[in-house]
Formats: sequence, structure tokens, C-alpha cells
Amino acid sequence: MAELNTGGGGGKGGKVRSKKSNPGVDLTAMVDLAFLLITFFILTTTLSKPQSMDLSLPDNDKPDPNATPPEAPAWRTLTVVLGNNNKLVYYIGLTDAPYVDADINGKPKLENYGGKGIRKAILAHNKYVLEHVDDPNKEGLTVLIKASKSANYKNVVDILDEMAIIKPRSYSIVDVTPGDIKMLEDKKIK
Amino acid sequence: MANIKTSKKSTRIDMTAMCDVAFLLLSFFIMTATSKVPEPKPVDTPASTVKAKLPERNLMTITIGDSAVYLGMSDRETRIAALEAMSLKYDIAFTPQEINEFSLLDSFGVPLEQLKSLLALKNAERNRPGTQSGIPYAGDISENELSDWVFYASEAVILEQQGRGVEKLKEIEVAIKGGSKEKYPVVKRVFDILQKQNVNNFYLVTSLRSEDF
Repeated sequence: MAELNTGGGGGKGGKVRSKKSNPGVDLTAMVDLAFLLITFFILTTTLSKPQSMDLSLPDNDKPDPNATPPEAPAWRTLTVVLGNNNKLVYYIGLTDAPYVDADINGKPKLENYGGKGIRKAILAHNKYVLEHVDDPNKEGLTVLIKASKSANYKNVVDILDEMAIIKPRSYSIVDVTPGDIKMLEDKKIK
Repeated sequence: MANIKTSKKSTRIDMTAMCDVAFLLLSFFIMTATSKVPEPKPVDTPASTVKAKLPERNLMTITIGDSAVYLGMSDRETRIAALEAMSLKYDIAFTPQEINEFSLLDSFGVPLEQLKSLLALKNAERNRPGTQSGIPYAGDISENELSDWVFYASEAVILEQQGRGVEKLKEIEVAIKGGSKEKYPVVKRVFDILQKQNVNNFYLVTSLRSEDF
């Protein structure tokens, strides 16, 4: 039966016990709150600053009339023409006369981006050039990047990224020529 | 007979340590946090393996998204000075309140004549998609609003340093944050405008790419 025992009755000599309060506080709710806030801060913060890559373009404002443009032999120049559909064409030498000899076939070739595509080709030619120049510290491969109208920004960054990985002697972004456009047309990626 | 007592274990766990760790992490995250700045046009930046960091101050960010251009300046003084120069050049007067409001604006993308109405909007309404149409950059390569903004912002940075008596003047740094799908002619146009303003070095904002690319 529900009966309230109000002492006095069958107790052991009526000893009054002070109730021992537990010294530990229940922290469960506090931990819950803390983790909730942690989750909130993780989700709302951008953990690191965005990264970036440097790009230097030539100063095209004041062309020095006395300066001679740096000469690079045709076999040391590799041109990459960026087309649509994430494809590109590369060739060695001049646009209208790609460089061909016993070791190098500089004819325009269709290629993909990335480590399995264009990087292999540029790395191979970079190695070849470094082995065949007189002074590898002063001369090396020049890569010309020509982005056509159908290329997108990602393609440009991808190819600049390749340059950062391969580190050719020099590279620059230049304008496309009608000859390059024709090459893209031939490969159907205009 | 001895009474065998099974010891009753409390089901409660001591939460003190867990609580300590949780708050330690919490304070770490609060201290290292830089909150996300709302942008008029969030863009999906292309990935790269280069890990150069962007400078925090003295930076101008040009965002290119859907063929529209947005501009952000990192320092309040630069924003104020650039806006004042622009308002003189285009003959559009701004009240001190509007200039103050503009100095709190991280990034914007409207023609100058619409800037007043943009500043009149509430913070949350400004970054609604479609509110900001982009800074005009068509027309003559050195006579459009984007090139003027670039010119006056870099001038403001130089003047501000001269005012402080800095010996070695540092030019404004420019970062370009382009969307992956942006067509190259649009990006090229921005490059050309920057080159025309003698900005030949800039950063391209990218996101991280795994090594096996």
C-alpha cells in the first residue's frame, strides 16, 4: 500500500540520516550542447584559405623597339592548342611546318588533359630537349599555350597546372592563329 | 551465513573528460574560424595542385561567373577611396551613409548607377541570385567600369601608403576567381583589361586537387 512513512514507526531507533547528495553533476546536457556548437562551427567555417596559383603575363604596353624577341629553335618549342570537349592538340615547331626528324615527330596530335595525356607528351619532350641542348641551365623547352574560343577556364588552369608540375624552361599564354584553328578543325575539336 | 552482496555498479559514466575535450575543440574552432563571406555569385573554381596562399590584405578579388564580373576589395580604406574616385568620374554623388555602407560590402557586382539601389537593400537581399548583374566590362579596353575600378583601387592603395609615409610602395594584388565552365574569351577579356592597367601578375584562385591527377 502506498503509505508515507513519517518516521517514528519501525525504524532503527529513529536515526535521522542527512541525504547524501551526489557530488558529481550530470554533464550529459552540457556535452550535447558543446558538440552541437562544434558541429555548427565546423560546418560554417572555411577551414583554410583558398589556394591560388601565380600567373604572370608579359607587359604588353611598352614594347621596347630595340629588344630582339628571344629566339628559340623550332624543335625546342612545343605548342598546346586548347579546343572544346576537354581535348587539345599539341605540336612541336612551327604551326605551318611542324618539326619532324628521326627522333621527334612534331605533327599535331590530339590529346587529353591530365597525367595520362598531355603531361606524358610534354615530359618526354622536355627530357629530350634537356638531353640535346648545349647548356641545360640556360636553354630548355618553351611551351606556348594557345586557348581557342571554345576552351573554358578550367582547361587553362589545368594546363597551367601541368606547367607547374613539369616546370619547363619557359611557358606563356599567346593568342591563337588561324593555323591553329585549322588544326582544331582537322581534329574536330574546334 | 555470509550474505553475498553483488556490487551494484552505477550506469552513469563520468562525463567530465568528454566535456573538457568538447569545449577544447569548440574553443579551437571558434578561434580559427573565419566565417564564410556571402558572395553575390558563388563560383566553382577549377582545381590545381599548386598550393600558394592568397594574401589577406591589399587584395582585390575579381570573380567571374556566368560571364558576369564581380569585384571585392579587402580593405575598407581602399573601398571608400575607390568609390569616391568613381563617383567623381561618373558624376554620381553618394551620401556619407552610402559610402559607409559600401565600405562594409565585401563584394559587389552592379553597374555604378545601380549601386545606390543595391546599398539601399538589406544585407540578406543583396546576395539573392539575380540581384546583381555584374560590373560592365564591355566597350573600350581601358574605358569601362571594370578597368576604372581596377585603376582607382590600385591608385587608392598607393595613395594610402604614401599618406602613411611607407618607403617601399606595394601595389595592389589581384586575384581572379573564375568558374570552371567560364568560356575563355571572357577570362581573356578580364586579363586584357588588367594588363591594360599594368597589372601583369595575378593570382588565380583554385581549389585543391588530389596528387594522382
